[in-house]
Amino acid sequence: MAEVRAEMVANVWKVLVSEGDTVEDGDTLVILESMKMEIPVIAEDDGVVAQLKVAEGDVIQEGDLIAVIE
Amino acid sequence: MFESVLVANRGEIARRIIRTVQRMGLRAVAVYSEADADLPFVKEADEAILLGPANPAQSYLDAEKVLEAARVSGAQAVHPGYGFFSENAAFARAVIEAGLVWVGPSPEAIERMGDKINARNLMEEAGVPVAAGTREPVTDLEKAVAAAAEIGYPVMVKTAGGGGGIGMGVAHDEAGLVKAFETAARAAARFGGGGDAAGREGPAILLERYIGRARHVEVQILGLADGTVVALGERDCSVQRRHQKVVEESPSPGITPELRERMLAAAVRAGEAVGYLGAGTVECLVDADEQDFVFLEMNTRLQVEHPVTELVTGVDLVEQQLRIAAGERTEVPSAVRGHAIEFRVYAEDPKRFFPGPGRIVEWEEPSGEGVRVDSGYAGGNTVTPFYDPLMAKLCVYGETRAEALERAREAVAGFRVEGPKNNLPFCAELLERAEFVDGDYDTGLVARMRA
Repeated sequence: MAEVRAEMVANVWKVLVSEGDTVEDGDTLVILESMKMEIPVIAEDDGVVAQLKVAEGDVIQEGDLIAVIE
Repeated sequence: MFESVLVANRGEIARRIIRTVQRMGLRAVAVYSEADADLPFVKEADEAILLGPANPAQSYLDAEKVLEAARVSGAQAVHPGYGFFSENAAFARAVIEAGLVWVGPSPEAIERMGDKINARNLMEEAGVPVAAGTREPVTDLEKAVAAAAEIGYPVMVKTAGGGGGIGMGVAHDEAGLVKAFETAARAAARFGGGGDAAGREGPAILLERYIGRARHVEVQILGLADGTVVALGERDCSVQRRHQKVVEESPSPGITPELRERMLAAAVRAGEAVGYLGAGTVECLVDADEQDFVFLEMNTRLQVEHPVTELVTGVDLVEQQLRIAAGERTEVPSAVRGHAIEFRVYAEDPKRFFPGPGRIVEWEEPSGEGVRVDSGYAGGNTVTPFYDPLMAKLCVYGETRAEALERAREAVAGFRVEGPKNNLPFCAELLERAEFVDGDYDTGLVARMRA
């Protein structure tokens, strides 16, 4: 199981996966936006998206859980 | 002269404009979003009006709310700063139609220069050199591939209506072009860079020949109320990351007096070609080896980096903007003396330049002879992710470039920021980098430092 957490305060601009989706190492899960810059959040393991904790438009804090890959 | 000015912006530039407005004995009205309520510009204004939530579309970019704020506060003029509405012809028109003074060039001039393709063609007609590139907006990938083949790789891909480096990319081959085109098209759709000035639908992309060892040098112009256009020296903005400026200086250490003279004359012709009024900037790319230049784009507003010009000319550009907008006939000394450098203090990590907003727990600005700091924040404020990462501009002046560099080293070391990530360590590193110290650098400098 791998937790994917936010590296910085940001807005969630795009959510590209849903719970139950199969993802591979390197796939983009969500795209954050902070200070007019797009920051893709990448899966670092192969697996299934067990939990997805953010929705488009959310403001998330550094360290917040974005997703859990199992 | 009008008696009150609404500043339709935020952060450091709102504060800087408010300062001049008040020094001139005028009343300054600020507008702000919920996220910015505690910032210095809100507190320092004579009156501040809340526009709405943090999202710019519901606050700083909500034209009706901004105009309503002007009406409620009785403001007689609107200064847009940079970004937001500063190059929005429709907003400028709405301000004028509301019976207010627009502090900027005419909506027509904004329109003509706001579209990069239009501007490029116009400049070519005015005898200003331009880079080989597309003369019409490219709206689909197939046409982009054909255009790039004709221009020859590498090519620069950008949105016709965009600014601030958003969506720009270099393509070295067709695969790279596909990627760059998609990035630009997405930026055009998202940030309103889709040729909005000309009211087009869909992405409008511009392709130009890419110059490898290029310096980015721009000329400050002022269109005076009597119709003449003057040039106030140049600024070298070649220290860039992600095509966005980090450090600017005036004069440019990389152009000969002969090239400077040609560039300033061309910038004046560019301004005259559109009957330009107020402060504007003619951005050029200089081929450092050939000592030649091409027109890049014209910005019809005050630039972020305007303080370096103010430091070497002694001219308050905001005061000039206000007086010109009021129809006053001003005399502007255009002689340049000494050397000035500006460092943009961004809320970003100094290695990868990724955003690092956060609460400021310590904020101590340097001061002393030849040091000017234009900041948007103070201790206790929070830098939020909603706007650009610029926290402050650290500017230094010296009689010579060497003196300015020495002052910069001291000032960078004396600037204390705790809380958000910041790029002051990068500024310190740059000041020890030989090619920057020698002045012999180009737009690839930051990439080389991080290679």
